[in-house]
Amino acid sequence: MNVADMVLPKIKNLPPSGIRKYFDLLSEMKDAISLGVGEPDFVTPWRVREEGIFSLEKGHTHYSPNAGYIALREEISNYLNRKYNFNYNPSDQVLVTVGASEGIDLALRALVGEGDEVIFPEPSFVAYMGCIKVSGAKPVVINLNEREQFKLTAEQLSNALTERTKVVILPFPNNPTGAVLEEKDLREIVNVLKDKDVIIISDEIYSELTYGQKHVSIASFKEVADKTIVINGFSKAFAMTGWRLGYACGHPAIIDAMKKIHQYAIMCAPTTAQYAAIEALKSCDEEVSNMVKEYNRRRRVLVDALNKMGLDCFEPKGAFYVFPSIKKTGLSSDEFCERLLKEYKVLMVPGEAFGACGAGYVRATYANSMENILEALERIKKFINTL
Amino acid sequence: MEELLNVLEKNSRLNEEQLAVMLDKSTDEIKSQIRELENSNTILGYRTLINWEKTSKESVTALIEVRITPQRDLGFDKVAERIYRFPQVKACYLMSGGFDLTVVVEGKTMKEVALFVSEKLAPIDGVLSTATHFILKKFKESGVVFEKKEDDDREALVL
Ligand SMILES: Cc1ncc(COP(=O)(O)O)c(C=O)c1O
Repeated sequence: MNVADMVLPKIKNLPPSGIRKYFDLLSEMKDAISLGVGEPDFVTPWRVREEGIFSLEKGHTHYSPNAGYIALREEISNYLNRKYNFNYNPSDQVLVTVGASEGIDLALRALVGEGDEVIFPEPSFVAYMGCIKVSGAKPVVINLNEREQFKLTAEQLSNALTERTKVVILPFPNNPTGAVLEEKDLREIVNVLKDKDVIIISDEIYSELTYGQKHVSIASFKEVADKTIVINGFSKAFAMTGWRLGYACGHPAIIDAMKKIHQYAIMCAPTTAQYAAIEALKSCDEEVSNMVKEYNRRRRVLVDALNKMGLDCFEPKGAFYVFPSIKKTGLSSDEFCERLLKEYKVLMVPGEAFGACGAGYVRATYANSMENILEALERIKKFINTL
Repeated sequence: MEELLNVLEKNSRLNEEQLAVMLDKSTDEIKSQIRELENSNTILGYRTLINWEKTSKESVTALIEVRITPQRDLGFDKVAERIYRFPQVKACYLMSGGFDLTVVVEGKTMKEVALFVSEKLAPIDGVLSTATHFILKKFKESGVVFEKKEDDDREALVL
């Protein structure tokens, strides 16, 4: 038996990471500044960590209910009500997951398979393509562009819909572009989808990280509320990536289906993280707001400096990424990033890593200290001046 | 204004151009706001937070609880002033509770501080008693932890 042949073809054919070589370059490099990280530089607020520690001291080291502790689900429901006016019933419309990542995977596995089509825009978070392929469904990519500020337009969506479309993924605020959809953009998308037999997976993991305007969710439009699954979590807003905790909210029939897979595959989300998360939701508004203010200052510094260097950069209104065009340099994004790293020790990620239409762009994150960002900008400027 | 102060409080070395970009204001606006804050004594100065233990300079700090008799019309202010005018006094606060003033005194040695207390502070008219507590180790000051910051342990690349 050839063991390798035992692996399912659809898994074998999943593309390997396009950025392998950057890991290798980085591993032998000292004092490189990484603007390549997709997670907060902040450490989880101490009061949240402290609750986690306290729960361990009290001996809360067991499985939780499959859907998550009801106390946490209630807090999630209250929080979403307070923030976005949602009314999810904690008993059957909220599922606690192992990060937003698991929520995305569960939703897709519960809804699509061979013969179904899933529409999602690119550039975007790499997990959608992967999870869709694992599910056996067909990925249908919509290429977003800078002219539209990397927004998904109703027209693009309308053109991509077929009778096989079962799910549309809406990833806004977006990784890697920082684009957001405003109420009027969503209204048009709602008009396209409201009469279609299509489920919307709205990945709102960056919903707290918006600048200048509040996040609006497609689930707040009642025409599509029932057919929308809201995916969110603690990783980005509360700087809790390593705790692995997220949640999915939506119609009881879908949440129940997702819960079944979750119960067989995962059993339950981490117990310590759930105790800590209750504290995060209850009493971290000020901590979160301070982090958002700091991100906003860094965002302005980065956008301003990149534009002044001639790396055109539209104004990202959400998440913690900027997505400048490097087309003027005449280099490909890959060449640009490789040379920037090798010669000036700054890591950014080539736009292609987030979909083919990301070519000509690079992603830089401002989830790094102001000090490091200012130093990285000096280095990038030197690099640009040699081109 | 408040955000400008928050940013400057953390790092007073940022220049006006940088502050302007961070706070989405013009450089002139930032300049005039800072001038205003300085004129109104809201911004009292720009200093550097130093961990003197890393240097060879000898220094001890004591926290002194002082009980005083308030004076007619002047309350505690007059006595407090006589105390805080000494350059050895780094901070002086009026307190609620079991004593009246907290006086932070710095000196080269414990002996020097003790002498200051017995010769200068305690004999002041109106001072009833003093209790001196020496600081043995500073863990955190002005919101800054003194120990070396933990390294960024994130993976350098996460999509
Ligand atoms: C758009 C998007 N969704 C989901 C995730 C995963 O989040 P979690 O840590 O909650 O699994 C990320 C992480 O980078 C992301 O960028």
